[in-house]
Amino acid sequence: MQTSPEALIAILGMALVTIAIKAGGLLLADRLPRQGFAAAWLRHIPGAVLAALVAPALVTGGPAEMLAAIATGGVFILTRNLFAAMAAGVLTVFLTRLMLGS
Amino acid sequence: MSQSSALSSSTIDQFLAGARACIPVAISVAAYGMVWGMLARTAGLSLLEVVMMSGLVFAGSAQFVALDLWTATPSSLPVGPLVLAALIVNLRYLLLTATLRPLYPSSNLGRGALSMYLVTDENWAMTVAAMARGGGSVAFLMGGGVLAWVSWMTTNVTGFGLGSAIDDPSRWGLDFAFTATFLALLLGMWRGKADLLPWLVAALVAIATESSFDGSWHILAGGLAGSLAGAILEVRKHADQS
Repeated sequence: MQTSPEALIAILGMALVTIAIKAGGLLLADRLPRQGFAAAWLRHIPGAVLAALVAPALVTGGPAEMLAAIATGGVFILTRNLFAAMAAGVLTVFLTRLMLGS
Repeated sequence: MSQSSALSSSTIDQFLAGARACIPVAISVAAYGMVWGMLARTAGLSLLEVVMMSGLVFAGSAQFVALDLWTATPSSLPVGPLVLAALIVNLRYLLLTATLRPLYPSSNLGRGALSMYLVTDENWAMTVAAMARGGGSVAFLMGGGVLAWVSWMTTNVTGFGLGSAIDDPSRWGLDFAFTATFLALLLGMWRGKADLLPWLVAALVAIATESSFDGSWHILAGGLAGSLAGAILEVRKHADQS
């Protein structure tokens, strides 16, 4: 058997809430004022979300992740190249873990 | 040359630029796509269910959580918890898609709302970074989204087919690709000292939340706290000056 009514309902339900939330953010933001506090708040979301994504991964990681974060940041500041920065981070994590045996 | 053809060729350029910008992260998306496909098979999903879930739900972290709850016997499938978990894990998208408002004119919001389906953490981050440099467009966002969708779908199916022959992506350091990309994008958004406090608030709240709650609450909590702190500072400063 390929699927069941229960699985179909679960998947459709998951899809529906996901698109509702994704669309909801844009639709709610459209109702916010274009100036003042609300506009300032929307402008500050990208940096805050990225900081919130990155910070826990760095503090819960070990020395390999810390070293890799420094490599990523250093390469990005020097080259302004996103791919080079990412590659430096991945390579540093890979090599450090290899050396530390973790 | 007519105006509409000039418009469409620049749309295609933007679409391709968005896809190109997402290639580095798409490699990691693909590695985790393989793992998800493999785990989905272990959890008891059929190939049809894998294709439906990846095609329709299209949200990596929610799909990983779903595998924990999934049961191979339909009668014991926890439909309510599965939907609720998807809702909770994806709540952060409220913040992400809200920031895309400048790309969509109010008159065209219906189609814009539907296109949010293709928003992922990765193409969102690339697009807001491009917007911060004065670029970014709906086509750019969609280019990255389509690339992510195709690499997620194809690798899910491949992983399902290959089964347990798949390596753990963290063995190759690919788990760090997301952190590295987001970190570099964050550094690229630096506009001066006014960013320091909001980012610090976001980071600290995220760290505190992550240590006490599972899932993706830290993104929502940190993102909200940091952006509110930034807005409060900015409005205060403005009031002091006038």
